[in-house]
Amino acid sequence: MPVFEYAPAPESRAVVDIAPSYGLFIDGEFGEAGDGKVFKTLSPSSEEVLSEVAQAGAEDVDRAVKAARKAFATWSALPGSERAKYLFRIARIIQERSRELAVLESLDNGKPIRESRDADLPLVAAHFFYYAGWADKLAYAGYGPDPRPLGVAGQVIPWNFPLLMLAWKVAPALATGNTVVLKPAETTPLSALFFADICRQAGLPKGVVNIVTGDGSTGAELVAHPGVDKVAFTGSTEVGKAIARSVAGTRKKVTLELGGKAANIVFDDAPIDQAVEGIIGGIFFNQGHVCCAGSRLLVQESVQEELLDALKRRMRTLRVGDPLDKNTDIGAINSAEQLARIRALADAGEAEGAERWAPECELPSHGYWFAPTLFTGVTQAHRIAREEIFGPVLSVLTFRTPDEAVAKANNTPYGLSAGIWTEKGSRILAMANKLRAGVIWSNTFNKFDPASPFGGYKESGYGREGGRHGLEAYLAGAAEPTSERSEREGERDR
Amino acid sequence: MPTTVPAYGEEAAERLASMADVTASDSALRRFLHGLPGVDAVGLQARAATLGTRSIKTTAKAYAIDLAISMIDLTTLEGADTPGKVRALCAKGLNPDPTDRTVPRVAAICVYGDMVATAKEALGGSDIQVAAVATAFPSGRAALPVKLADTRDAVAAGADEIDMVIDRGAFLSGRYLEVFEEIRQVKDACAREDGTAAHLKVIFETGELQTYDNVRRASWLAMLAGADFIKTSTGKVAVNATPPVTLVLLEAVRDFRAATGVQVGVKPAGGIRTSKDAIKYLVMVNETLGEEWLSPQWFRFGASSLLNDLLMQRQKLSTGRYSGPDYVTVD
Repeated sequence: MPVFEYAPAPESRAVVDIAPSYGLFIDGEFGEAGDGKVFKTLSPSSEEVLSEVAQAGAEDVDRAVKAARKAFATWSALPGSERAKYLFRIARIIQERSRELAVLESLDNGKPIRESRDADLPLVAAHFFYYAGWADKLAYAGYGPDPRPLGVAGQVIPWNFPLLMLAWKVAPALATGNTVVLKPAETTPLSALFFADICRQAGLPKGVVNIVTGDGSTGAELVAHPGVDKVAFTGSTEVGKAIARSVAGTRKKVTLELGGKAANIVFDDAPIDQAVEGIIGGIFFNQGHVCCAGSRLLVQESVQEELLDALKRRMRTLRVGDPLDKNTDIGAINSAEQLARIRALADAGEAEGAERWAPECELPSHGYWFAPTLFTGVTQAHRIAREEIFGPVLSVLTFRTPDEAVAKANNTPYGLSAGIWTEKGSRILAMANKLRAGVIWSNTFNKFDPASPFGGYKESGYGREGGRHGLEAYLAGAAEPTSERSEREGERDR
Repeated sequence: MPTTVPAYGEEAAERLASMADVTASDSALRRFLHGLPGVDAVGLQARAATLGTRSIKTTAKAYAIDLAISMIDLTTLEGADTPGKVRALCAKGLNPDPTDRTVPRVAAICVYGDMVATAKEALGGSDIQVAAVATAFPSGRAALPVKLADTRDAVAAGADEIDMVIDRGAFLSGRYLEVFEEIRQVKDACAREDGTAAHLKVIFETGELQTYDNVRRASWLAMLAGADFIKTSTGKVAVNATPPVTLVLLEAVRDFRAATGVQVGVKPAGGIRTSKDAIKYLVMVNETLGEEWLSPQWFRFGASSLLNDLLMQRQKLSTGRYSGPDYVTVD
C-alpha cells in the first residue's frame, strides 16, 4: 500500500466576496479618503492582490473622531441594557458569518483556516457576548457605583489577530458607552471593513464605530488627535513607546499591549507528551505571530535530551502550506518585511553560535514562508534569547534549579506571559508567585477566554484587556480623584 | 526469572532482558511505573481532539478505508454464539463485499476459545488470523491455572492470537508484580510445540482503570511482560476505546520501542462503529507513530459493526452515491 498522504482539503473561497476596493467607514458610511490615496492589501500566501483600501489622512481621521464625538452623546446616554442588545446582535451576526470571516482572515493574514475557524472566530464572538453581558452591570464591576464612559476611543490594532484584536478593543469600549475610531493594521485591513458592514447589519447607530484604514502615519494622527479621550494600542514595543511619548502630558487614558519574550519552563517531572504539545502550540500557533508566544523554552537539564528528541519528532509532523487547507498547521508569514526580520534574527542566532534545526519541509514557491525552527545551545546573551522574533522560531535554554529558572525567565525587558510544566501543584504556585508576567499558564499554553484579563509587565505594556479588569480602561469612576468626580456628577445633575 | 520470549528476535529479547531489574521486585516495579512521565488529562484530550479534525478526503480517504478494513478483528463475543454464526462471520471476513472483489480481507476473526476450531476450519488456508479471547474473558476473575488452561486450550485448537484480560483488581490494588507474572505466564502458555507461539494481546479494560496515568503504567507493565499487542477494552463495559486512551497506548509503544527496540502493536476495541471514527484513529497512528505502525501487523480495530460502515463509505466513493444498510451483508 502507498503511504498515508492527506489529500488537499481546501476551504472554499466562494463564501467570501471581496470587493476590488474599500473606502473608510465614517459616520456609518463608506467613502473615499479626502486625498483619494489608496494602498493594496495582499494575500501573504500567494502575493495575490486582494483589494485596494483607502489611506486615511489627517482630515479623514478628524472627520472620524468628530463623527464618534457626535455619536457619543446619544450612545453613552443609552441605558446599558440597550447597548447590550446591539452587542448581542453583533455577536450573533459574527457567529452566523463566522465561516466567511474565517476564510477572509486566512486570506488576508496568511494564518491557517483551522486556527481562524477554530480559535479566532469563536473567541471574537465570545468577546462580544461577554462584554454585552457587562453593559448593564457596570455599577457592579467594582469601579464605583456610577462609572461613566470616557468618550472617544482611538484604537490601533496589529496584524497578527486582526479581528480578535478588534473584538478585544471594540467590545469593552461599546459596552461601557464609549464610541470608537479604529485603525486596523496596514497589511490586514479587510476583516475590520467587513466588521463595519456587520455594524450596519446590526443597526448600530451611525458614528459609534468608525474604521480608518492606513499605515503608521494614520495611526499616529489618530493617537495624537486632541478629540480622542482614550488610546488603546496593541503592537510592537517600539511603536508603543512612541505612542506613550505622544500622549504624555495629555488627559488621554492609555493602554498598551506590546511585545513579549515569554519563558515556557519545563521541569523534569512534567507530563512530557503534553508539554511537547504545549511548546508546539506556544511557539508555532499563528506562525509565532503571537505577542505572548512561548518563544524561550527553559528546560531542566536532566530531561533536555528526551524533551528535545520528542519536540523534533513532533515538529516533523507539522504541515506548512496553503492557509486555506484544513490540514495546514502553519501558514504564511504576514509580510515580506516581517519575513526579512525573522530571517535576520535567525541568521543572528546562527552567527552568535546557537545551533539551528528545522524539519525538512517543502515551502511553497510564492508567498512568504518560514519553516518552523529550533535553536539549541542558546544563552541569555544571544539576541534570539532577548529580542522578540515574532515568527516560528524557538530558542531553547536550560536550567538546573527552580531559582535559576525564575532568574532566567525574569531576565528580559518584557513580561507578558509565561508557562510552567510540572506535575507538582505546589511548584506551580511557588513559581507563579515569582514570575514577572501578566499571564502565567500551567500545564497549558496560549489559552484565552474573554473572562480572563490579559496584559503585561515592563516593556510588554500597561493596562489589562479582557475580563472585568478590561472595563476599567474605558471607565471614569472610582479610580479618579473625588474632586473631579464630584464636579462631573454636578454637571450631570444640572 | 525463568522465561521464554519466543515471539521476539534475539536482539530484542536481549534488550528486554536488560530491563529485568525493574521487574525484580514489586517495589522496583512500582518505582519504575510511577516514575514514568505523567499524563495531563486536559492536554491529552485536547491533542486527541485536534488529531480528530484532520480532513481526510478523496484518495486519502480511499486509502484509509481499505487500510481500516484490513486492520479489523471482526468480532463476535456473545454467549449465544453458534458455529453457524461464526462460519457466517468468517465468510464475511474473507469476502466483505460480495459485489466488489477488490475489497481487502479483514485481519482476523475474534471469537471465544470454544469457537476457534470452527473458525479455523471455515477460514481454510486463508491468511486471516483467528484470535481467541481467553483468561476468563471479560472479567478475568478466575484462578491462574484456569486462565492458563483456557489459553492453552485455545492455542491447541489452533488460535493464532490470544486476547487476554488483565486482573484489574490486582492492578488497582497496586499488586503490579502479580499482574506482570500473570501476563508472563499466559505468554508462556501461548507457546506451541513447534517452538512458535500465538501472538499475545493484552487487554487493560481502560474504562475500569479510570486514570490515564494508570493506562500508561498498564501499557508499560504489559510490554515489559512480553505483550505483542496492547488493547484498550473488552467491549463489555460502559466505556471502551476512546481516542485519548488510545493515544496513551500509542505513545507508550513509541516510547517502549525507543527504550528497548521492541515494537508492540495497538488495538483499540469497543464502540468504534463509523468510518469517520476509524479514520480518526488512523490519523492518530500516522501522526504519533508514523508509517511503520500503519499495517495490520501493528494496528487493529476490535469491532463488529464498523466493517459495514466502511463498506458503505467505500461504495459511496466508487459510485458517488450513498447506498444503504441493505447493500451490505448482515452477519
